[in-house]
Amino acid sequence: MKGNKVAIKLKINGALRRCVVEPQAVLLDVVREQLELFGTKKGCDHGQCGACTLLVNGRRIVSCLTLAVMHDGAEVTTIEGLEQNGQLHPVQTAFLECDAFQCGGCTSGQIMSAVGLLGEPVGPDDNAVAQAMSGNLCRCGAYQNIVAAVQQARARRG
Amino acid sequence: MRAFSYHRAATPAAAIAAAGSTTAYVAGGTTLIDLVKLDVLRPARLIDVNGAGSAAITARADGGLRVGALVRNSDLARHPLVREKYPVLAEAILSGASPQLRNMATTGGNLMQRTRCTYYRDGISPCNKREPGSGCAAWEGIHRSHAVLGGSEACIATHPSDMCVALAALAATISLQGRAGRRTLPFDAFHLLPGATPEKEHALLPGELITAVTLPAPAKGERSWYLKLRDRESYEFALASAAVVLRLQGRRIASCRIALGGVGTKPWRAHEAEAVLTGAVPAEALFRHAAEAALQSARPRPGNAFKVELARRVLVRVLALLVEGQPSVRQI
Repeated sequence: MKGNKVAIKLKINGALRRCVVEPQAVLLDVVREQLELFGTKKGCDHGQCGACTLLVNGRRIVSCLTLAVMHDGAEVTTIEGLEQNGQLHPVQTAFLECDAFQCGGCTSGQIMSAVGLLGEPVGPDDNAVAQAMSGNLCRCGAYQNIVAAVQQARARRG
Repeated sequence: MRAFSYHRAATPAAAIAAAGSTTAYVAGGTTLIDLVKLDVLRPARLIDVNGAGSAAITARADGGLRVGALVRNSDLARHPLVREKYPVLAEAILSGASPQLRNMATTGGNLMQRTRCTYYRDGISPCNKREPGSGCAAWEGIHRSHAVLGGSEACIATHPSDMCVALAALAATISLQGRAGRRTLPFDAFHLLPGATPEKEHALLPGELITAVTLPAPAKGERSWYLKLRDRESYEFALASAAVVLRLQGRRIASCRIALGGVGTKPWRAHEAEAVLTGAVPAEALFRHAAEAALQSARPRPGNAFKVELARRVLVRVLALLVEGQPSVRQI
């Protein structure tokens, strides 16, 4: 392998992809620049805004603070992987129906965070949802509708 | 980001053998990768320890709990035994960082968390922690979030962890493995005061690796709680916080352990307050007296003097809550 580069495999949105990455490449940059999945956004690049949230082995993480080499063999889900057979994910539908975004810059991170939240023991009330979504900043301030969308997705899931 | 090489260790022994003066261990990466991006930390080689240790939470025969160094913060906070027997720990973890970061960050990594002092993080200001001998920009600078306990003229950077404050109050034990073998450290001996050497933050020997944290068995009837005061309700570091572990017997406080967060250069065990409370009958005036004792050695700067009273009040509040009963851990 040339220089320090490392060969890894990622199961990304169900498909096995092989990449050769520099050790210092964070997962976010590999997803965007090598795998050309541009739905995952780079906001602060320091784990503070949540725009780069995606799922690794089903859990939500910020992809800017983790190295791609640390996830060899992992299952990664990005916003592009949510749609199934032409059907939007229930969280995507809820974001549309509740008007849970304005400029859209944070939205893919918000949606991925909400999808991760569905698998977590978050309390039923809006305050619990707001806390559980607090790792995703929205500069437009669409927070009320984001909480409503998450609640709608949870209610429909039953 | 500055380039480095990468080594994946399969066992603690392999990780320790690979460690050297220019290497860094990485587990969750939430602190390390951030500080490498900022060029504050410059490791030549990262040793990935994610495959080199335990991610298990194990009940011990003596009633205590052993937490592997690789247990993620969210798994620790949600574990039924932690929620039931150590509510202070679950609540402290869930009041820190964000869900994403808690899914990444590990138990061992949390002990190694670095200060959020902006002068340390900016990479250019005088900072004795980042560049020994360069001075402390916070002393005369903006130090609203800085420590009032345990500081020196060389450094008043606050220890940022919530989890560590709970572990200090729980009197946890830290298991270490290094070139000379295994040893354990009482929690309070792990983090160091800055003194004249703020770059030395902990008692780890070169290459030594954290392998586990052990919580002692709770005493019968023990209650515990963590309360954090901050500028935002969620996803913000503490201005002042208190962790209390307490047991009542009849009308009296039979025993208690107290630690403060957001105000110290290390997770701050308040032995003076414990001495005031032990054996006494709970009352508002007593709590106030204990809080005064806890902050007696405070040396605030002009910009953070408010923290002295804030810390007293957060401690009084937690004591009052615990005497009433055991609050329930938040559900997130």
